[in-house]
Amino acid sequence: MYKIIKREELNPSVIRMDIAAPAIARKAEPGQFIILRVCEEGERIPLTIADFDREAGTVTIIFQIVGKTTHMLGQLNEGDDLLDFVGPLGMASRYDQPQKAVVIGGGLGSAIAYPQAKKLHQMGVEVDIIAGFRNRELIILEEEMRKVSTRLFLTTDDGSNGVKGFVTDILQKQLEQGVKYDLAVAIGPLIMMKMVSNLTRPYGIKTIVSMNPVMIDGTGMCGGCRLTVGGETKFACVDGPDFDGHLVDFDEAMRRQQMYKAEEKQTLEAHICRLSGKENADA
Amino acid sequence: MPNLALKKVPMPEQEPDVRNTNFREVALGYTEAMAVEEARRCLNCRNKPCVGGCPVNVRIPEFIERVAAGDFAGAYEIITSTNNLPAICGRVCPQENQCEKFCVRGVKGEPVAIGRLERFVADWTMENEPVPPIKVDKKNRKVAVVGSGPAGLTCAGDLAKQGYDVTVFEAFHIPGGVLVYGIPEFRLPKAIVRKEIDALRACGVEIKTNMVIGKVLSLADLADEGFEAIFIGSGAGLPSFLKIPGENLNGVYSANEFLTRINLMKAYLFPNCDTPVRVGRRVAVIGGGNVAMDAARSAKRLGAEEVYIVYRRSETEMPARLEEVHHAKQEGIIFRLLTDPIQIHGTESGWVRALECNEMELGDPDAGGRRRPIVKPGSQFLLDVETVIIAIGNTPNPLLKNTTPGLETQKWGGIAVEEETMKTSLEGVYAGGDAVTGAATVIQAMGAGRKAAQAIDDYLSGRRQDPENPACVVGSEVVEM
Ligand SMILES: Cc1cc2nc3c(=O)[nH]c(=O)nc-3n(C[C@H](O)[C@H](O)[C@H](O)COP(=O)(O)OP(=O)(O)OC[C@H]3O[C@@H](n4cnc5c(N)ncnc54)[C@H](O)[C@@H]3O)c2cc1C
Ligand SMILES: Cc1cc2nc3c(=O)[nH]c(=O)nc-3n(C[C@H](O)[C@H](O)[C@H](O)COP(=O)(O)OP(=O)(O)OC[C@H]3O[C@@H](n4cnc5c(N)ncnc54)[C@H](O)[C@@H]3O)c2cc1C
Ligand code: SF4
Ligand code: FES
Repeated sequence: MYKIIKREELNPSVIRMDIAAPAIARKAEPGQFIILRVCEEGERIPLTIADFDREAGTVTIIFQIVGKTTHMLGQLNEGDDLLDFVGPLGMASRYDQPQKAVVIGGGLGSAIAYPQAKKLHQMGVEVDIIAGFRNRELIILEEEMRKVSTRLFLTTDDGSNGVKGFVTDILQKQLEQGVKYDLAVAIGPLIMMKMVSNLTRPYGIKTIVSMNPVMIDGTGMCGGCRLTVGGETKFACVDGPDFDGHLVDFDEAMRRQQMYKAEEKQTLEAHICRLSGKENADA
Repeated sequence: MPNLALKKVPMPEQEPDVRNTNFREVALGYTEAMAVEEARRCLNCRNKPCVGGCPVNVRIPEFIERVAAGDFAGAYEIITSTNNLPAICGRVCPQENQCEKFCVRGVKGEPVAIGRLERFVADWTMENEPVPPIKVDKKNRKVAVVGSGPAGLTCAGDLAKQGYDVTVFEAFHIPGGVLVYGIPEFRLPKAIVRKEIDALRACGVEIKTNMVIGKVLSLADLADEGFEAIFIGSGAGLPSFLKIPGENLNGVYSANEFLTRINLMKAYLFPNCDTPVRVGRRVAVIGGGNVAMDAARSAKRLGAEEVYIVYRRSETEMPARLEEVHHAKQEGIIFRLLTDPIQIHGTESGWVRALECNEMELGDPDAGGRRRPIVKPGSQFLLDVETVIIAIGNTPNPLLKNTTPGLETQKWGGIAVEEETMKTSLEGVYAGGDAVTGAATVIQAMGAGRKAAQAIDDYLSGRRQDPENPACVVGSEVVEM
């Protein structure tokens, strides 16, 4: 069992937790992920290692409540246990020493991008961060991101904070103004990572994206997480999750993401229904 | 006077069109009376040809003689003197290629139902006389086992019985390897695997799940933690794909993914379990082994109306157990033999629509003696299906090799070992099962686990514990994959 040491709400649907997992904390590197299970009938879901503390023996996860498993996870409190917690999986991010990098995070992707920005910052790289959110209530990790960046651009889709618009608008402007980046790291919805890759391609800027296909084992034994990268089939869980954005077949990845939409809706609705039934009965 | 009936006592089974809608076990097992009657067919041959056909040399006529005498506990003792997991082997071994192939009764009529009797004895014992764990003198020496499939479990059990402190590290959240994530409930109930594993725990074997060795701990870390020897039984978990166009369409599964969703994650209970699996009205399963049969029969049970086995050779070349082919046919699986898939076609939104195939005919035998299929010119056709499951084989997962410097493998990925001892290129590190041979059988994996346990005991008995001169030597530099 893996105890929840700390729990914090970053915004109404995004939660950060520190989990006691000393063996994983000892080995974890930015870019890797864990797979967890909340209950006996539950799914195995992958979450990025957002941070780790080797001394304290904890691994930090940040997750957005989107479906049944993340909903159940969000209802757990400090002191509760997770049933299964396995990792560190996937390859650590590796950068050769760039001069100036831009890290682009979309929504929750900002939380996943933050450790990358921090790592680059610690390597002495000049880092710009562009982080986009739907509205100001959803902004997370602003202070943390500011600390590890030279410039932090915040955008909201509705203009309620920072610049109104998408992260790609800012990136485009920077590129057009002649800002020279030699690395772009983009983490967020598939469509955002695709747009970023399209923008950086003509400038020849190396672009790393973090792919998040549906996974089961996370060790390369099912092939469910397969992607086409540069015309070759890759398993995101062992060959990634980081890939060269200029080589990824995003359209295929977006299509595969849809595979279980109906079933996901069904489990979530049944879950919410059961919960509200219980709450009603309690009242 | 032996029972001279030419046929085996029939096995009670669920009716085909009942069982193809549920996941309960198909074969229900002999009663005591049936077992005794079948056991009386054995001639107790002096030269025991059956024993030679068994990879772990179960003392077959001796245990069958006990069954005939009604002494089932005695029979169990004889079986388990060479086979740790009889309830599993009785159910999944390809007996027709092993013990029963050599049975004298098979010359005229059917061989003795050795597998069914083995299963009966194991089930009877679990039910009536659970065996108490044996007390052993602890040696206070630690051995690590990577992987909890039949190879790892057998090795762990043998070493624990010799007094070693054995820890099994398993990547998944449940131990058992293919026995839990691959072979379906209707062929091997998971409760049986669990009982066998509980029995090992009772012998002192510690099992740590959620431990992907090579990631959370390297082999070098295990050596540093004081494990004096390591056995690798990590199986052959890497699914092969066909490399034909359309393989990444929605609705295309590797058999590993399909079966893992169903067996390990219990997708057949969806929505009561959260992991889903998608099965179309028509399903094509590509391959002709046990894995293909299991996938096809699972698809049928999940409601598919038409399930095809698409295999490029003829039925004689099929590697599946005879009983599985027979059961699959009874359950309404349609066999498209001499059929070779060349492309998967999709709908506009990217879901599988059809499997395009060539018809084949058999040519001259290849090096292995199997007749090579060749394409019939101009024979392409479309098989309309919504789901395609690829069951053409698995190779060893490269994860351990890639994170363990100095661990030598064959070109195709199998871990290289010395045949007599199962020792790898690293001092104190042994390997066996599918990780060494590629996809094979449960009993072969068990045989390898047993051989390695013996060699590990020989190795460690021959040297004293000495931190200055550790028994297990693994370079600590980790090569990233
Ligand atoms: C390598 C990797 C790292 C990730 N890191 C994070 C993270 O740090 N924080 C975070 O909030 N989310 C992360 N995700 C996504 C996260 O795994 C999904 O949000 C989660 O699985 C949703 O589960 P659910 O039951 O709540 O929702 P569901 O209703 O089951 O699904 C909602 C969506 O989540 C995705 N999803 C569902 N099941 C899986 C699965 N087994 N594996 C992968 N994706 C799935 C699908 O796209 C689906 O449309 C990551 C995914 C991957 C592959
Ligand atoms: C669907 C299917 C049906 C089959 N039917 C039959 C049958 O009817 N009869 C028969 O005799 N054989 C059958 N087989 C073959 C048989 O199951 C295998 O040959 C046998 O299980 C191999 O045993 P093993 O111990 O070598 O490996 P496995 O059973 O594959 O076990 C390996 C274990 O190691 C774990 N592991 C892998 N890597 C790591 C790591 N890095 N760290 C920690 N753990 C790790 C895996 O998760 C797994 O649990 C079937 C196989 C399949 C897939
Ligand atoms: S060969 Fe057949 S008849 Fe002879 S001992 Fe073995 S099981 Fe009995
Ligand atoms: S999640 Fe199964 S191979 Fe990647």
